[in-house]
Amino acid sequence: MSDHIAAIDAIAAKYDNDPTRLLDMLLAVQEQERYVSDAATRLLAQKLGLSWGDIQQTVSFYHLLSQEPRGKYTVYLNNGPVSIMQGYEGVATAFSEAVGCSFGSVTADGRIGLFTTADMGMGDQEVAALINNVVFTNLTPEKARILVKAMQKGVPAQDMVTDNTEYGKYGDGNNSLPSIHSMVCNNLIKPGPVCFGPYQAGAALRKCVAQSPEQVLAEVKASKLRGRGGAGFPTGMKWELCAKAEGPERCVVANADEGEPGTFKDRVLLTERAQLLFEGMAVCAYAIKATTGALYLRGEYAYLKDYLEQVLEQMRSDNLLGKDIAGKPGFDFLISGCSWVLAPMSAARNQLLESAEGRRGEPRNRPPFPAQSGFHTMPTVIDNVETLAATVQIIDKGATWFRSLGTEESTGTKVLSISGDCDRPGVYEVEFGITLGELLTLAGARDPQAAQVGGPSGRCLNAAARDTAISFEDCPSAGAILIIGAQHDLLTIIDNFMAFFTEESCGSCVPCRTGTWMLRNTLRRIMHGQGTREDLTSMRQLSAVMQKTTKCGLGHTAANPILNTLDNFPHLYDALIPEQTDIRSFDLEAAVQASNLTVGRASVAKEEQV
Amino acid sequence: MSEDMNKPLTDLISLTIDGQEIEAEEGQTIVQAAQKNGIYIPTLCALHADKENGLKYDLAPGTCRICTVKANGRTTAACTTPVSQGLVVENDTPELNDLRKTIVELLFVEGNHFCPFCEKSGSCDLQALAYRYQMLTPRFHYAFTPRKVNADMPKLLWDGNRCILCRRCVLAIRTEEGEPLFVFANRGDKSTIIVDTELIQDISEELAQQAMDICPVGAIIRKEKGFDTPFGQRKYDHSPIGSISSISSDMTCSSGENKTGGEKS
Repeated sequence: MSDHIAAIDAIAAKYDNDPTRLLDMLLAVQEQERYVSDAATRLLAQKLGLSWGDIQQTVSFYHLLSQEPRGKYTVYLNNGPVSIMQGYEGVATAFSEAVGCSFGSVTADGRIGLFTTADMGMGDQEVAALINNVVFTNLTPEKARILVKAMQKGVPAQDMVTDNTEYGKYGDGNNSLPSIHSMVCNNLIKPGPVCFGPYQAGAALRKCVAQSPEQVLAEVKASKLRGRGGAGFPTGMKWELCAKAEGPERCVVANADEGEPGTFKDRVLLTERAQLLFEGMAVCAYAIKATTGALYLRGEYAYLKDYLEQVLEQMRSDNLLGKDIAGKPGFDFLISGCSWVLAPMSAARNQLLESAEGRRGEPRNRPPFPAQSGFHTMPTVIDNVETLAATVQIIDKGATWFRSLGTEESTGTKVLSISGDCDRPGVYEVEFGITLGELLTLAGARDPQAAQVGGPSGRCLNAAARDTAISFEDCPSAGAILIIGAQHDLLTIIDNFMAFFTEESCGSCVPCRTGTWMLRNTLRRIMHGQGTREDLTSMRQLSAVMQKTTKCGLGHTAANPILNTLDNFPHLYDALIPEQTDIRSFDLEAAVQASNLTVGRASVAKEEQV
Repeated sequence: MSEDMNKPLTDLISLTIDGQEIEAEEGQTIVQAAQKNGIYIPTLCALHADKENGLKYDLAPGTCRICTVKANGRTTAACTTPVSQGLVVENDTPELNDLRKTIVELLFVEGNHFCPFCEKSGSCDLQALAYRYQMLTPRFHYAFTPRKVNADMPKLLWDGNRCILCRRCVLAIRTEEGEPLFVFANRGDKSTIIVDTELIQDISEELAQQAMDICPVGAIIRKEKGFDTPFGQRKYDHSPIGSISSISSDMTCSSGENKTGGEKS
């Protein structure tokens, strides 16, 4: 027991007993003990001056933290939409049979636990799984069986990926660097001129320090750059709001928590263009006079942490970060390192801040806005990784050059993650204004019936929408394009989206918490042939209420999969609901079963068999 | 008078709610401003501090969204939105009341609410709002989700079937050191309230009573002290929620006091 106390003490001490680093500590505790026990919670609470309840509310929020033992090896198999399309069922069955327990449980000897997860940012190489924080991609039933054997033999998860073993080998590009050593592949199919274009480290920063912060800000404004995370807020305006906000210190946060199923472009940016991102943070820091920077990384990208910290270290020694950057006296900006955001949908800025300060990833009430009071109450700019990277090229090559790319209102390029039924899934950097049809051709789409643009909260388009342009004027996308071939049941995919929202709603506000499962349940009833015309009306009404009353972006958009398919694929619903069924249908058999379950009685049919 | 009235007046702001011009203090929320001016905006999570409930400050968790109003044409939660000069607020309109009714319906189908044998019936805000918005049968399907009941603590019983997860208890029911006794746990459709089993052991009579009083529904119930006030004499039995006498804190009577004169909705 005293060992246990010492271990927890050491973890807390490693993060200076700072309660806002709670997530890092909890992850370390879990790494060590394979779960966060109640005893550990109480010890940490004491150590940090928090209450048991404070920690409890945080631990229970995050999917990757567990309050029960999850096995010496914890397998998180992705059951997101792309995974399901690429053979999740077979892989899951193989795991379950080889391990000898079902998903959601741990083997009797406590060695292997099998669990599912919603999305891992590996949409181009599904089926993927996370085993003790090590990513495994392109899984097949055969590979699953090999992995189980390795776990049974006791091979450490990180040793299962080497230069060339039967379990998997290193991916391309930087993925094979010793500080990464991952089997993840970049699949960078089409590099473009901004994020993946020619880039000379430090050139932009040297141009910055030759100008005033106001001039840098003016250049970013002139570029008409808009946020790449989905909302499309003008970046220059956001920076200006923050620069004008009162506060002793300002902060730049890079949001690398791409959490919408089907998005993985930031993964490749972080792997191949980390310095571009960090330099972008420094450009922002110069423009708004910020001194502190932080990178928030989704938990699934833990394998990139060591590498990213090496890049930061290198930049510090190159005088591109730290004190008197690029030789400019007084230009001090330090990026503290990488921290974690563990909730898939923390992508919205407010949730990210709560998570970043060690609490539940719930939206803050606004106002105040982050630009006024954000990270640790500092006026804060929170920008997507891709947005920050673009500012480097804007400063280096000029706003006019940047505006020559893309369209009038959507300048520059967009990095897209294309996955699903196509020959070339991967990352594409294209100019804004490209049409869906062109993208489908580029990616080699196979018999598409639908394209989900912008993740589950985006738009579900049908074949008639080939002329739709990816742009803020027409159809914005945070980056994900999921191609759904005709062989798949579209409503099954939509059901997967709704299950995602039901689970990922933070549970805080009523219309989101109840609305998401209500929509999911109604959809399921329809899919089981028990839907009515009335259900279609009530789904629309409920969606409208959610759009008007929920607290944050997740709730506002969670009904989109339903609304889009009602609008663009009405025939799918019509086929499931007979014309004249205005009466609520009733599944007698299911009701009897439920009743039997409640009173603990075997069904009559079974009794007769006995 | 409530404690706030003793504070020196800061900058006064004028705004309108449903066309009625009112004055408010800088920094107040729309709900607070409305409350001060005797205008009813329904709330299930926000709660005005007064002598009766013993709260030291107003609560505004922003969770229930039933206070949704239109401020300058945009829907927003009135309990977390600050007032501003010239703000035009729409409150009691058919569109907004339909949103509110929907939220009440959603809460009724999410939990397992059986008013006839609930200790809080007649003093329950959710039930009172269902009457106010004339909910007959919810238009949505019931979830019939099994919920936990925690009777394993002294002085109190927590019934998850009735809990609407408003977080009043999480924010307000705390030890003197500020540690929470009730904790919001999990997320999404698994969200629930859990209790700090160590701290709850020493809960005082007063705090236990306050926990029950501020709970807008019947999720937190005193043990060994049931049905003190007969049906028919409870909080909303004679003055429906939202009637003038039930808005103004000074005039609100404790449940049990027979009250008349409220306007019927």
